Amino acid sequence: MCAKKVDAVVIGAGWAGSILAKELTEAGLSVVMLERGDERATAVEGDYPTSIDELRGAIRHRLFQNMSKSTVTIRNTLDQEALPYRRLAAFLPGEGVGGAGLHWSGVHFRVAPDDLALRTNVVARYGKSFIPEGMNLQDYGVTYEELEPFFDKAEKVFGTSGEPYTINGKVVGKGNRFAPDRSDAFPLPAMGDVYSASLFRTAAASVGYHPYALPAANASAQYTNPYGAQMGPCNFCGYCSGYDCYMYSKASPNVNILPALRQDSKFTLITKAHVLKVNLDADRKKATGVTYLDLRTQKQVELDADLVIISAFQFHNVHLMLLSGIGQPYDPKQNTGTVGRNFVYQTITTSRAWLSPKQYTNLFVGAGGAGVAIDDFNSMNFDHGPLGFVGGSPVWVNQAGVKPIAAAVGGPGGKAPTWGEGYKDAMVDTYRHSLTIDAHGSNMAYRDVYLDLDPTYTNAYGQPLLRMTFNWKENDIRMNQYVVGKIEPVIKAMGATRYSLGMLKDGEVFDTRRYQTTHLGGGAVMGTDPKTSCVNRYLQSWDISNVFVIGASAFPQGMGYNPTGMVAALAYWAAYHIRTTYLKNPGPMVQA
Amino acid sequence: MKLPSSTRRNFTAGLLGSTSFWIYGGHKVWADALQSESSRPYQPQYFTSEEWRFLNAACARIFPADAHGPDGAVLGAPEFIDRQMNTPYGHGELWYMSGPFRSGAPNLGYQLSLPPRDLYRQSIEAANAYARQLKGQRFDELEPSDQIALLKTFEQGKMMLGAVPAHTFFEQLRQNTLEGVFSDPLYGGNKGLAGWMLLGFPGARADFMDWVNQKGAPYPFGPVSISGETA
Repeated sequence: MCAKKVDAVVIGAGWAGSILAKELTEAGLSVVMLERGDERATAVEGDYPTSIDELRGAIRHRLFQNMSKSTVTIRNTLDQEALPYRRLAAFLPGEGVGGAGLHWSGVHFRVAPDDLALRTNVVARYGKSFIPEGMNLQDYGVTYEELEPFFDKAEKVFGTSGEPYTINGKVVGKGNRFAPDRSDAFPLPAMGDVYSASLFRTAAASVGYHPYALPAANASAQYTNPYGAQMGPCNFCGYCSGYDCYMYSKASPNVNILPALRQDSKFTLITKAHVLKVNLDADRKKATGVTYLDLRTQKQVELDADLVIISAFQFHNVHLMLLSGIGQPYDPKQNTGTVGRNFVYQTITTSRAWLSPKQYTNLFVGAGGAGVAIDDFNSMNFDHGPLGFVGGSPVWVNQAGVKPIAAAVGGPGGKAPTWGEGYKDAMVDTYRHSLTIDAHGSNMAYRDVYLDLDPTYTNAYGQPLLRMTFNWKENDIRMNQYVVGKIEPVIKAMGATRYSLGMLKDGEVFDTRRYQTTHLGGGAVMGTDPKTSCVNRYLQSWDISNVFVIGASAFPQGMGYNPTGMVAALAYWAAYHIRTTYLKNPGPMVQA
Repeated sequence: MKLPSSTRRNFTAGLLGSTSFWIYGGHKVWADALQSESSRPYQPQYFTSEEWRFLNAACARIFPADAHGPDGAVLGAPEFIDRQMNTPYGHGELWYMSGPFRSGAPNLGYQLSLPPRDLYRQSIEAANAYARQLKGQRFDELEPSDQIALLKTFEQGKMMLGAVPAHTFFEQLRQNTLEGVFSDPLYGGNKGLAGWMLLGFPGARADFMDWVNQKGAPYPFGPVSISGETA
């Protein structure tokens, strides 16, 4: 072991880590960013045509976490034995420089302001008894007005394409009428509608909904961001989700932040560095740095730092806190502790509409962040009173570029066979003439849904795996069923020849074998009460004040929107307060 | 690009199909999956001749010949699967394979200790034994209608094939067959880009700037592979 000392260590080279590393070096700190995976540069392995190989990419997981070294265990209920998530399927964490920010799709939302104070809003509107037994409904402890400058900053860094509705209170465009007010326009105009999205736009409007272009961190034109990083115009090649964009059109830490950061002499990136734990002093009041395993030499390295930023993927953040003894682990039986509490996901189901044989949807054309959505049934944009559930879903056509292996293995849908006689006929019809509509919804937090350390299984370095206890709950199933029901009139208005509605079933059990979404959240949530949150409103640990935990791990509930925009805004928000307050007077920024 | 087939093969090999390109490009582990010989017929590198016959029959039933075109065996799915067995995927190196191995609720996913190559070996032997017991012949010797009936039995998953639930084996086989039919021909399947032709997928064109919305018209260009092969 050799001890080194830096001002700040940043764990994980995804969006959150790259934003914090950029901000802290700008503040004059020496920063080491540790990434357990490989170096990744778009110019090297993201090049055309080798990067657009579906088998090597999305199917054999080129950019995803190597499960052979470490995974999680999963169970549905407290009395079950958790088993390892051996093959990637339901969710796909990233690995390597850029993290999941390299292989994401690019849907780039802000937040529904009501979601930031969901408990307060639900209680105010429907009363405390409206909250189901066992649901841990909480506020974030931060308002949209406070976050707005950081949403704006993130959009400018990401080169986000979109259509505003209001700017400084004035209606300026045909964007999402449910979206919160903006201080400025999107840096780029909205992406164009593919054919399927244009059909959805017309049909949704005809039944009284309010369609809008999805805000996309896919560049609709060439763009240079405030860091001088350049993006090319998206050509709808369809290789966003699961891939590194060879066109430099999809925002990633690799394209939008790291080119500037790498030029800063105060910044060091170390890859193949697997952080084993955050080191604490004898009183367990301060972090002294981290210990990581150098995967090249298999030697442990101790790195001392004044400031420790935990900014890996959502569940890795929680895992590292548990392994390091930061905060009190959550106990669902006693309802004590906070680390691992409020672990959340999202409810995502897909419906399909088949069009006439003359209408070709060309499903391979697409962009991961683009599409047309409605927010009429998201957040608190509709009356939950007579419905009796909390939460909601945006609904959209988000044609991200459907590749043939994924389509073929997924099958033609409806009641068609998935192999043998009749398979090809149905597959051809589905691939050429159908479109999909997603309900991409919220997932509330519950007392018996949480993260802790597994008692049996270990990673390649001898540490206990993280254990997920997760299942679908009636509130969220009913929300999903209600919103999917609202899709049916749109499909009919499109003139579909037939359709199938995808929805969660009563009593449905979480199935780890089928991809749903990588939008995991919570487990190290932010808030105003240290009894129910791990970090304060600045994402600073309540227990160890020189540790900040940045990511979707801070979300108290799974929101209907995609998380990356919120993660980026929270990262800039936390960084701003570290720079303006914490560094001047290190210590707790909120008194517990 | 229309070239005589022999010329096209040379062009392909020269451009990207060579092992050296992939090693140079940092893709060493994938080099094993590549074809170094363009001679026919393909000789399996992993599967025994008995296993190979099973695989050819099964791929043809899962992806059958019909008015749309040839079956999965003709399109090279068995060759694809054989080559995959010698990749990190085939060896189970993409999966968490530490014990203890315990069975649990199906929704908690794959819990066997077998990597794909061992899963195939054990399951094919057991499937042939089952076929012999039932019909007195190996799977590949049965009439296609009997093969289909047997595959349906496996799919429905009430039985075991050795240590492997039949449904698990069937799903592995179905998935790998379709991967073979629809992946880039670089990996041995999708011969003549026939899988992509079927769906109307244009392969590595990956530039649809002018086709964002053509109001439902079919995309007019045929597929091109990563190596530049067209159809």
